[in-house]
Amino acid sequence: MTATVFTNARIVDPSRGLDETGAVIVAKGKIEAAGAAAHNQGAPEGAEVIDCAGKLIVPGLIDSRVFVGEPGAEHRETIASASHAAAAGGVTSVIMMPDTHPVIDDPALVEFVLRTARETAIVNIHPAAAVTKGLAGQEMTEFGLLRQSGAVAFTDGRNTIANPLVVRRALTYARDFGAVVALETQDADLTCGGVMNEGLYASWLGLPGIAAEAEIIPLERDLRLARLTGGAYHAAKLSTAVSAEAVARAKADSAKVTAGVSINHLALNEIDVGEYRTFFRLSPPLRAEEDRLAMVEALRSGAIDIVSSSHDPQDVDTKRLPFADAATGAIGLETLLAVALRLHHNGDVPLMRLIDALSTAPARLFGLPGGTLAPGAPADLSLVDLDYPWVVREADIRSRSKNTCFEGARLQGKVLQTMVAGRTVFRA
Amino acid sequence: MSPATTFPLFPHRHLLGIQGLSAADIELLLDRADAAVAISRQPEKKTANLRGRTQINLFYEASTRTQSSFELAGKRLGADVMNMSVGSSSVKKGETLIDTAMTLNAMRPDILVIRHASAGAAALLAQKVGCSVVNAGDGAHEHPTQALLDALTIRRARGALGKLTVAICGDVLHSRVARSNIVLLNALGARVRVVGPSTLMPAGIERMGVQPFTSMTEGLKDADVVMMLRLQRERMAGAFVPSIREYFRYYGLDAEKLKAAKEDALVMHPGPMNRGVEIASEIADGPQSVIEEQVEMGVAVRMAVMEALLDPRRNAGGEA
Repeated sequence: MTATVFTNARIVDPSRGLDETGAVIVAKGKIEAAGAAAHNQGAPEGAEVIDCAGKLIVPGLIDSRVFVGEPGAEHRETIASASHAAAAGGVTSVIMMPDTHPVIDDPALVEFVLRTARETAIVNIHPAAAVTKGLAGQEMTEFGLLRQSGAVAFTDGRNTIANPLVVRRALTYARDFGAVVALETQDADLTCGGVMNEGLYASWLGLPGIAAEAEIIPLERDLRLARLTGGAYHAAKLSTAVSAEAVARAKADSAKVTAGVSINHLALNEIDVGEYRTFFRLSPPLRAEEDRLAMVEALRSGAIDIVSSSHDPQDVDTKRLPFADAATGAIGLETLLAVALRLHHNGDVPLMRLIDALSTAPARLFGLPGGTLAPGAPADLSLVDLDYPWVVREADIRSRSKNTCFEGARLQGKVLQTMVAGRTVFRA
Repeated sequence: MSPATTFPLFPHRHLLGIQGLSAADIELLLDRADAAVAISRQPEKKTANLRGRTQINLFYEASTRTQSSFELAGKRLGADVMNMSVGSSSVKKGETLIDTAMTLNAMRPDILVIRHASAGAAALLAQKVGCSVVNAGDGAHEHPTQALLDALTIRRARGALGKLTVAICGDVLHSRVARSNIVLLNALGARVRVVGPSTLMPAGIERMGVQPFTSMTEGLKDADVVMMLRLQRERMAGAFVPSIREYFRYYGLDAEKLKAAKEDALVMHPGPMNRGVEIASEIADGPQSVIEEQVEMGVAVRMAVMEALLDPRRNAGGEA
């Protein structure tokens, strides 16, 4: 593997609070040096030298919530196709959700994912295993064996565990293995057939609404159980102002709690549903503008720790339907960074905090390598033109599914090159 | 010159809802419907205005009344009418709405009338087919021809809708009839109230251009028109209201509650009625009831809508 030297780059590395112009030296798959001082360090023998002309280098993004169709729905997305989408979006590691067919609830399936990833993927794929067998919300999976075989976290994916006792036991037992339990919180009874945010828009469209309380009530329950058990709990996908407050309170109460938000809930609101646009049917639903603003503020303040794409490939058989009959979810790996950069360009969230939430914080939270440009770290990085304007076109999407919320959107900021362990996996 | 050409051109290709229509659009359809009433009352009821045109009724929900009303309307205009009752055909098995629509579209109909249990289904269909689409009810969203026939019934009885007080009573939450009527009545300047238990009111109802009430006597006070809504059976047994008898006690229209309204208030119901649930038989069959009139106006309104959408001047002058 040849060495690479990036010169004249703006280096933003939240792991060291570093934002300076300098060089990044990559050799043997690792970061050898990154920063202003690295300019004076000699390039390794035979290194490729890339003059970045002031473009940005950040640690590769770590997307903690990615749904993939393999095994079981490869026509929507394979591990390989997801990895190509990730690379194009500057994402160097993804945590893959266990909502597959079969469900990833057994060490053999974790090994299958890792093997398939080794053979076909161009970015790091980290499987998350189910908390409960078959995602049924009843019996715990083998946390110890799953973790040993390579599962990096436990989650029931799109499913909310209805039984509080199951959540309590899972948090308690996971603690012994140092594992994070990441859960979504949508009360199935309160949601009751709802398909979009409850309120005036849903009422005019004649669509059953989902009240914020459907998210908040199970969330509050889980936060209390996290306090009770001392387990590491991650609220995976928040969407309401009250949810962010609840998490901030639990943190102040020194519970081992963290929270995430999907990029969609930072960038879009219920009005984007428009005339029954099914690509905007998400879970949790897109909320009111006040909620979106609260999510942005919570991200800025750190009440919300990380941002995910919540990449969820769906195709025509699940999306080309009347709104209430369509599946939830949108793809997002390729647009994650560029959409997030809107918050930087608008002055809502500082660039350092944004990259932290997209890379450094998820690495720390889930104990993954990466998320840093510190010497010795794996050379997972992206080179980004912060200001480059582009328009999202369906024809350019690498993902096997095309259900993006950002078709036709004008974005500012483009990934020019992505490197995983010193190997270039994407070049624009 | 055929009578159809004396009306202004209707500026829309589809009728997907009342939302998006101007007061003038609505009045135009009502004027056309008035003329259609006259045709239906002649011994010779058949005209040639839609001769050679093909109308397909695509009903995903069973509906004897609306479907026969559309069928009769098409036939009286001279169109060839085909009924696709999807509920009872093989199409139901697995084929998506879009695929069915594409199949029907390939048969080159001029107008597709669709009823579907999902809100937005008519709009989805309209995006995919080359002909005009009429929404005959999509989930809890809209049922525009029902609102138009209600308006026609009121206008013929009272001359105009402006300044009338209309009370819409019952299950507003699940009612496409209520939504279409709220939009239409507001567009024509009526004062709209809704009356019903709070479990059957949509979120944000107070911002939908209506005054909400939970008491029939207060909601009906001095009303010119009382519109009752159908309460689906599955919603009566504890899910939204505890029981039929409790619902009838507080929200069923009987002589006592009707007293609160104006003496000559019109009583309306989109049908089919649940007698003894939302309306007492004596009221449904009483002198203030215009429920049968509504059925007659239904045919006229549907004739008017289809004639307006398939106005021959539209093809002559290009796509409107």
